[in-house]
Amino acid sequence: MAHIQLKSLSKSFGALEVIKGIDLEIKKGEFMVFVGPSGCGKSTLLRLISGLEQISSGQLLFDGEEVNNLVPSKRGIAMVFQSYALYPHMTVYENMAFGMKLAQTTKAEMDTRVRSAAELLQIDHLLERLPKQLSGGQRQRVAIGRAIVRDPRVFLFDEPLSNLDAALRVQTRLEIAKLHHDMTDVTMVYVTHDQVEAMTLADRICVLRNGEVEQVGTPAELYENPNSLFVAGFIGSPKMNFLTDRFAEDFDCTTLGIRPEHINITTAADAVWQGKVIHAEDLGSDHFLFIEIGSSEPLIVRQNGKLLGSIGDALSLRPIPEHLHRFGANDRPLG
Amino acid sequence: MERTVFGNILFYMGVVLIVTISIYPFYYAIITSFESGTALFKPNFFPESFSLENYKNVLSQRSFLRSFANSVFIAAVTVGFALLLAVTASYALARVTFRGRGLLLMTILGVSMFPQIAVLSGLYELINILGIYNKPWALVLSYTIFTLPFTVWVLTTFMRELPIEIEEAAIVDGATPWIVITKVFLPLLWPAMVTTGLLAFIGAWNEFLFALTFTISETERTVPVAIALLSGASSQEVPWGAIMAASVIVTIPLIILVLIFQRKIVAGLTAGGVKG
Amino acid sequence: MPTLHPSTKGKPLRRQLNLQQQRVRAAYVFLLPMLIMLLLVAAWPLFRSISFSFTDATAETLFNGQSQWVGFDNYLERRLRSNGEVRWRGVLVDADWWNAVWNTIRFSVVSVSLEAFFGLLVALVLNMEFKGRGLVRAAILIPWAIPTVVSARMWGWMLNDQFGVINYMMMGVGLIDKPIAWTASSDTAMLAVLIVDVWKTTPFMALLILAGLQMIPRDMYEAAKLDGIHPVKVFFRVTLPMIKPALMVAVIFRALDALRIFDLIYLLTPQSDATVTMSVLSYREIQQFGDYGEGSAMSTLLFVIITLFVLLYIKLGRVNLTGATR
Repeated sequence: MAHIQLKSLSKSFGALEVIKGIDLEIKKGEFMVFVGPSGCGKSTLLRLISGLEQISSGQLLFDGEEVNNLVPSKRGIAMVFQSYALYPHMTVYENMAFGMKLAQTTKAEMDTRVRSAAELLQIDHLLERLPKQLSGGQRQRVAIGRAIVRDPRVFLFDEPLSNLDAALRVQTRLEIAKLHHDMTDVTMVYVTHDQVEAMTLADRICVLRNGEVEQVGTPAELYENPNSLFVAGFIGSPKMNFLTDRFAEDFDCTTLGIRPEHINITTAADAVWQGKVIHAEDLGSDHFLFIEIGSSEPLIVRQNGKLLGSIGDALSLRPIPEHLHRFGANDRPLG
Repeated sequence: MERTVFGNILFYMGVVLIVTISIYPFYYAIITSFESGTALFKPNFFPESFSLENYKNVLSQRSFLRSFANSVFIAAVTVGFALLLAVTASYALARVTFRGRGLLLMTILGVSMFPQIAVLSGLYELINILGIYNKPWALVLSYTIFTLPFTVWVLTTFMRELPIEIEEAAIVDGATPWIVITKVFLPLLWPAMVTTGLLAFIGAWNEFLFALTFTISETERTVPVAIALLSGASSQEVPWGAIMAASVIVTIPLIILVLIFQRKIVAGLTAGGVKG
Repeated sequence: MPTLHPSTKGKPLRRQLNLQQQRVRAAYVFLLPMLIMLLLVAAWPLFRSISFSFTDATAETLFNGQSQWVGFDNYLERRLRSNGEVRWRGVLVDADWWNAVWNTIRFSVVSVSLEAFFGLLVALVLNMEFKGRGLVRAAILIPWAIPTVVSARMWGWMLNDQFGVINYMMMGVGLIDKPIAWTASSDTAMLAVLIVDVWKTTPFMALLILAGLQMIPRDMYEAAKLDGIHPVKVFFRVTLPMIKPALMVAVIFRALDALRIFDLIYLLTPQSDATVTMSVLSYREIQQFGDYGEGSAMSTLLFVIITLFVLLYIKLGRVNLTGATR
């Protein structure tokens, strides 16, 4: 429902500038993920949008209105925290109703909203329990439920999955994705350091680095056309291979990037690179071969289906030309 | 634990010594309080006679019961009042960043270490101006000097430990600082409040200098002053039996409280790192 | 549906407070009652007490406005006698005052050292695992819980020269051959006060040190044991440095408390010159002799000394903090 605009938004803590003039638009109903390594400013940026942190300079607009100085509760936002942040002394019902109670919503209205949110999240049988009687996954659902009942224009998630174990993380990720489909007009902003979460959830991803936007785009755009070495290396698992020196010179660039799945095993006649397998990882559906070709790091090659090499084998390799990423000395892609 | 038999014996002897030294004086006071007449003046390690005369003596004095009631009233009101002011103040000190916070905290710590004598004459004047000399309110007012900084300091320590995200969730929910304190933090702080209150209560219950200075009539005294001023017909004739009985009466409630809240008290003392 | 406040482009009529400003404003409001109270009961009386020390106020003139400003005369005054002789008077040349100063310092240094020593011993014992540890910890809390007045009277009775159980015990084992007037004799009065104070406050010290001890990770001891390091060496090389910050805080708190001691001495050895401290002397001056001027001068000097000590503590506290994180 809300169209969010960030105009040269900055935040400093004392002399330390953590957000350095960010310009960004988040469209109405969009799922935007902020991703980046720790210390890149992604959480701070989310907190600036939420209003929990004060903007140092620049403008933050919701639907064209400046909200820089608006307190969080007046912005029409809801937030899901990393540690759930449930009120320990209140039941699930009271946790979800607290905000409405403060806004003096009528009892009937409150009850309807809490119950429908609880039903949506399948926690309606837990309404009378205290947070300490719930499992981690249930707590996170309550936290999401508390956000839903606020009927927000903007939904903010601050690393909501990092306290869950691996299996639960996948399941909850799915639920958040479903939530996004159900609430089509709610803008969602999600912070994570995990690029898999970013790729799977986002309509668009904003990669942050040292308080600046590195690239904004759909997951596919970032994957296929990273506009910097940093993004290329950050998005995708396992990482994109980077080759330098003579390997790069052969292709007229400073750094040559090629994703593991874009390298074919071929015959000696067709070979661009040749090397020995020094390590192999079998993940069942995928195989990764680590091949020593004389570069600074071994080349990782991804193979689906059956394994075409084992440790010690000499292999001939050929990259798929249209998937080569050529970067110049400034770490930017070359035309 | 591998200790030698000899080491073990030595260790347990040490333990027994510690326990004996800790409790013997009070044990001896109890024995004495049950003795009367000549038995009183014969030192002994085990009870040899039993009489309730001293207790009858003390409890039949209306002034002692009055003193006891005064002490309860003054300590309770002082602590309640201090906690009331301290909850909001400690929230401000623990959770909000503002200019001069560090200095303010240091000042509060400083005030809690005030030598009471340094304010005695000024306080005496103030109490007379307010017309509350020789009234319980004089003591409530003066005890605030040490209970208020103490409770603020300890509660600030406890308040700091509450998770920041819970407060932020409440802010997003639309809670003002006042709502955060009353609806979110207070229910979580009850154990800390009980501990802090108890420590402050003991401090107020035991206070002597102000109570001695700001009361004059027998009916307005607190228990410590009453016990200190218990004397016989002549200065040679100190009523030791009655004194010990009175001492036991005022100490037993404290000891029971302390033993019940043992763990909490230790936590409170170390949290504040403040005097007991 | 939540609604936004109507934004006013250009000049806002009423400035909206943002979250941080709202919180700071609330913080000031929350602090106000406490600050007013502290100003009333601490700052103002302190200011008045210091003011009295520059006047000749007495119990009679305190409220009728007859007292005169005398400058520093209560502290130090130069008097020229008719025969031309110069005489100095005032607290700073008063032998009683200096006696009280030395008593206070002597008492503080000895009692705090003994309490630190015994506190450390008790804490080490309580840090061991043994049957009945909870009971022992409960037992040592008892001296701490007993009101000072009660402990003064209890020990006064035990140390009584004719009927006291201490004399009885010591004579029984042949340590002394005739009863000692512990509290009355000037040779033993300070000792008596020290015994009671150490008895009463060692538990507090022990608990603070114990808290420090319990923060030392167990594996540190196990590693030392595996390396075959002698326990005594472990104590001096591992334990002591690790609890130093906790010990320092405890010692300073106790020292501040000892410097202002009043009730125990006032009750246990009321008339003794051997134990009179700054607080007791100042109290006597004010309450018994009604000399508010000179008594306040004394209390002001004590306040100055303790303030210096607090400043020292704050400074040391910082040093400790950085030292502890290393």
